[in-house]
Amino acid sequence: MGKLYNDKAIREIKEKYTAWEKQVLPRSLNRYSERMESFTTLSNINVKRLYTPIDLPDYNYMDKLGFPSQYPFTRGIHATMYRGRIWTMRMFSGYGSPEDTNKRLKFLISHGETGLSLAFDYPTLVGLDSDHPMARGEVGICGVAVDSLWDMEIIFDGIDMGEITTNMTINPPAPILLSMYISVADKQGVPREKVGGTTQNDPLKEFIAQKSYVFPPEPAVKIAMDLVEWSVKNLPKWNPISISGYHIREAGSDAVQELAFTLADGIEYVRHLIDRGLDVDDFAPRLSFFFDSHINFFEEIAKFRAARRMWAKIMKEWFGAEKERSMWMRFHTQTAGVSLTAQQPFNNIVRTTIEALAAVLGGTQSLHTNSLDEPFRVPSELAAKIALRTQQIIAYETGVADTVDPLAGSYYIEWLTDQVEERAWRYIERIERMGGMIEAVKKGYPQREIADTSYRFQKEVEENKRFIVGVNIFTEEEEEEIRNVPLLDIKQEDIERVQLDRLKKLRSSRDSNKVAEKLDDIRRAAGKGLNLMPYILDAVKSLATLGEIMDTLREVYGEWREPPIY
Amino acid sequence: MERTANLLRGRGRRIKVLVAKLGLDGHDRGAKVVARALRDAGMEVIYTGIRQTPEQVVSAALQEDVDVIGVSILSGAHLNLMKRLIDLLKKEGADDIPVFLGGTIPIPDIPKLKEIGIKEVFLPGTHLNLIRDYILGVVGERKEH
Repeated sequence: MGKLYNDKAIREIKEKYTAWEKQVLPRSLNRYSERMESFTTLSNINVKRLYTPIDLPDYNYMDKLGFPSQYPFTRGIHATMYRGRIWTMRMFSGYGSPEDTNKRLKFLISHGETGLSLAFDYPTLVGLDSDHPMARGEVGICGVAVDSLWDMEIIFDGIDMGEITTNMTINPPAPILLSMYISVADKQGVPREKVGGTTQNDPLKEFIAQKSYVFPPEPAVKIAMDLVEWSVKNLPKWNPISISGYHIREAGSDAVQELAFTLADGIEYVRHLIDRGLDVDDFAPRLSFFFDSHINFFEEIAKFRAARRMWAKIMKEWFGAEKERSMWMRFHTQTAGVSLTAQQPFNNIVRTTIEALAAVLGGTQSLHTNSLDEPFRVPSELAAKIALRTQQIIAYETGVADTVDPLAGSYYIEWLTDQVEERAWRYIERIERMGGMIEAVKKGYPQREIADTSYRFQKEVEENKRFIVGVNIFTEEEEEEIRNVPLLDIKQEDIERVQLDRLKKLRSSRDSNKVAEKLDDIRRAAGKGLNLMPYILDAVKSLATLGEIMDTLREVYGEWREPPIY
Repeated sequence: MERTANLLRGRGRRIKVLVAKLGLDGHDRGAKVVARALRDAGMEVIYTGIRQTPEQVVSAALQEDVDVIGVSILSGAHLNLMKRLIDLLKKEGADDIPVFLGGTIPIPDIPKLKEIGIKEVFLPGTHLNLIRDYILGVVGERKEH
């Protein structure tokens, strides 16, 4: 296949460009000097004044871009993209008691949300029951409290699990939450092949960034891959893992690091699954991804496009995948929580809109938009509704969803996509040389890279090299606005009491011999290195609590303590 | 910077700060950035790492004999956790150690936190210099007593 621009055309453009630089540009620079000496993206990529075909020499359209739904999938994984179906509007939500969350989910569905995404509270995320001493004061605040199957039944009361898909942002206890979800679906009479959704189940980024780890890296990966293997065989519609860059970015990385570390995590998981004797084309189509969409608009779009191209290449060339679906990078996107400010908080609606637009122009499969009040607390109904409406306006009013990959062919976008890709490969090579991501994590490599980048960014803001409206530019002394944000009222102590009462009732009414037996089964299976999923599912059905199952696994595998790196 | 130097001379040792992640949340970007900035400003910084209980934070503060405690919480559990922290400090007779808090804190909670005994609350977007100057100020005051 030929090049996009032939050598003669490039030569001509170069000549004219040189002439423009000599004759036109100086006049303009004399009249107005540029705002800054140099312009850089958030990943510190130097942005030139102007992009032309000269920046894409030897650019081969078919190699770099091709057509949507064809290798290397730069332009998107589906042939018609949003002309066929708008992305899934999936708002991350959950707070308080299971009853509160059930109400919130129904509210969002009634306003046009098309997929669910559950946020769990901290005790649940790190595998503690609500009555654990370390859970005091944290039950139901950051998400919904889930201790046992009873709680999951309440969350999905009146919601048809055969009709809607659910993402669960859960990591070490992922097999337990998945077991609860399936058990409720079983009760609703939904056949297993119809149960759809996602478990985040991505342990490596916990060590790198999100820090809700429990077990050390090796057993953490083992348990996560148990879920993937079991799910591929038993739940054909389930996405058993969501390989996540989001938290890496929120912890302070830049776009290139986010992309590179996420792919390196993915590579590690693929190797583990292949080592289990699975065929790459049997499991790869079920792998899914999750990215951040930050405020540096074009760089984010470039990142999403580069991500698809790189993953397709990794799957095809490194792992010999043959099915096209194995090469698809399907991803969810969330706008950048870290970009929101407590100052002049209504401006956050605008930031989220721009970030959401970048995600859509980058070809995301599903999207969460943050609410304006999130620098303070989990969102109020009103704030969550505005965030959802933001997506609906992008989808139905702006026309950006009417053609596939509309920014392709922009000299800048294509140049930047190449730049992001090239820099991400360099990171991946470095991690490969360390022996893969587990080794890199144990050495603290990605953790240190992220700490350095986030500190550098903060310094740049303080030195007015980067601007945040309301923080270091256009600031206001007295902020009436900040007090006008209506915040969600969480009656934490009441929620804690509800959960404690329910746990007490559960522990006194269930068959405790049976529970003990099922926990023993898990312990034995773990000792033998068996796939834990069937044993955990059994224990969940016998009403063992999340904390009890996690304690059993903690006994077997121990707990991770990280050396603080800053 | 000049002020830092003066303080150093007057005290015969560097200002010692405990930066603590209290509770279960793992959002450590802010705590680490603050820890590094204070270290770069010439202070001695002890960072606890994540998932600390009030008991662990108080015990670290006493053992290390710190001048000030900076706590980071982004889980929303600040009222409960900070109350317990201050109660423990009081119990140990160490409530003269100034405690400040950073994180995602709803505005209406700030007066409640100050009532509990938290000296200052920093919201997202706070200048690092402001935190440094705040510490120089409170440690200076404390020394004069």
